[in-house]
Amino acid sequence: MEVPGQFPYTRGIYPTGYRGKLWTMRQYAGFGTARETNQRYRYLLAQGQTGLSMAFDLPTQIGYDSDDALALGEVGRVGVAISSRADMEQVFAGIPLDQVSTSMTINATAPILLALYLVVAEEQGVPWAKLTGTVQNDILKEYIARGTYIFPPTPSLRLTADVVEFCAKKVPGWNTISVGGYHMREAGCTAAQEIAFTLADGITYIQTCRDRGLAVDDFAPRIAFFFNCHLNFFEEIAKFRAARRLWAHIMKKRFGAKNERSLMLRFHTQTAGSTLTAQQPDNNVVRTTLEALAAVLGGTQSLHTNAKDEALTLPTEESALLALRTQQIIAHESGVTAETDPLGGSRYVEALTDRLEREARGYLTKIDKMGGMLKAIESGYVYKEIYRSANEHQKAVESKAKIIVGVNEFTSEKLPQLKRQKIDAQLEPRRRRELAAMRKKRGSVDKQLAALEKAARGTENLMPVIVDCVRRQVTVGEICRVLRGVFGEHRASHSI
Amino acid sequence: MKRPIKILIAKAGLDGHERGALVVAMGLRDAGMEVVYTGIRNTPEQIVQAAIQEDVNAIGLSSLSGGHAAQFARVMQLLKKAKVTEILVFAGGIIPDDDAKKFKKLGIQEVFGPGSSIASIVEFLKKNV
Repeated sequence: MEVPGQFPYTRGIYPTGYRGKLWTMRQYAGFGTARETNQRYRYLLAQGQTGLSMAFDLPTQIGYDSDDALALGEVGRVGVAISSRADMEQVFAGIPLDQVSTSMTINATAPILLALYLVVAEEQGVPWAKLTGTVQNDILKEYIARGTYIFPPTPSLRLTADVVEFCAKKVPGWNTISVGGYHMREAGCTAAQEIAFTLADGITYIQTCRDRGLAVDDFAPRIAFFFNCHLNFFEEIAKFRAARRLWAHIMKKRFGAKNERSLMLRFHTQTAGSTLTAQQPDNNVVRTTLEALAAVLGGTQSLHTNAKDEALTLPTEESALLALRTQQIIAHESGVTAETDPLGGSRYVEALTDRLEREARGYLTKIDKMGGMLKAIESGYVYKEIYRSANEHQKAVESKAKIIVGVNEFTSEKLPQLKRQKIDAQLEPRRRRELAAMRKKRGSVDKQLAALEKAARGTENLMPVIVDCVRRQVTVGEICRVLRGVFGEHRASHSI
Repeated sequence: MKRPIKILIAKAGLDGHERGALVVAMGLRDAGMEVVYTGIRNTPEQIVQAAIQEDVNAIGLSSLSGGHAAQFARVMQLLKKAKVTEILVFAGGIIPDDDAKKFKKLGIQEVFGPGSSIASIVEFLKKNV
């Protein structure tokens, strides 16, 4: 029988499980303005949350400032709007950056948002070496499922590796990539596909960084993962176990990693948004509890529990608090933290673990035969696999082969009455005024932008020049306009 | 022979969540309709142009980011401007009731919320196209 804390880490990366250290409770939040987000963060920290998780609005994620015509209607909607240094400073006002760890869901613009965070740390007098946190920086799954890409894959991977390399030298406590299966699972893929496609993305990142001459053990320990946790309770627990085992083998055999920490698959988990229903929203608390419990039994390092109203709107303060309380109850009242991998040795769970490992290996072999994940993505293979699974799921729901309580069975006539989070209608005009004033006061940044363009045309690491730009209040949109000019833009061509 | 119902499934704005749009697109296709899917990140101008070019019977607009109000209104305005009256417009996604009411006034015929079945959308289209 395998042992927790030992290769291949199927039963967990630490021998003592949660007895040594509980998972980090990290609720994804952020909306509207920097000021509102700052208030929500302070509230969550005061309630006992142990890490921040930053949501950005779509313009910020796709490299448009709040006053760009393409940002119309989207500013502050799905996260906080960050265009310049002033916004980032306000988000973290009164939150000392050496005392929190911050996870940022940011991909195409990850180098810029990381640079902004570093500049805020400077401002607060916190040395970069003391910072802990994560940038998602996982562009490959954006082409597959989430859609916030900007540039074509090749220059995008360059930016990914720039962050990895820069942090390995200057921000050693920073997790440089959070390789995500979450969004592919939300888009409809199965548990085995989630493992395979996520690890295939991970393999591509490791390979890209090695190709630029980095030694695997110098950067791999700072690459983490991000999984979904669905409702199929035992299969999900087995999924985490299979993913750990598979990754340890890949790192050892394929990449020759020696450092134990390179072999360990560390991961964040979020409960499955796609399992939540708009109908009978209170039921979602139960779904989320089951999913969170599976993530904990699967040995997650950090966890986000969804709020019950997320099938309808952004969570309210009350629903966000209940979501946090859900994991606090699991942590402190349920007793499940007493034993490491308590289901290890269960005939059923071990068999499921083996089956998922086998299925995921099958996909990985297929992807290798296609010439790697980048090729598999570009050919549309991954996308089609995921949406085929999504279509099958929908058909099963419609035929009632799959029951969803409150949706296709046990329904009630009463429609949900939920408080909806309103985004201030004056937000966009106000942001436009603020940015205009900032640009006027700041003066010309032509020199910085010219330096950026020159660097982008060459091969050097772009992080230093981006840090320099944001220090001088160059905006996210201005930086991306230059990079779009040099790298071009990715256009998806998918047919159904 | 009667031409099958032709639908444009469109995603406006910057939102990249396309499972809903794709599942509807695949479901309508499997129900025998001809379906064109725009992919993500389209401007209202691109959507209206595609609808006219493809000569569709209906446009299905999808939104999950909350940025739909301005985008959908613009689609309706552009259709009106182009004097297109024969294309039926429906919407789906996470759309608050208040917005749904406003959309109906703008001429969007139906709004399908989360959990809607493909069967109900097929039925709606067969009845109204």
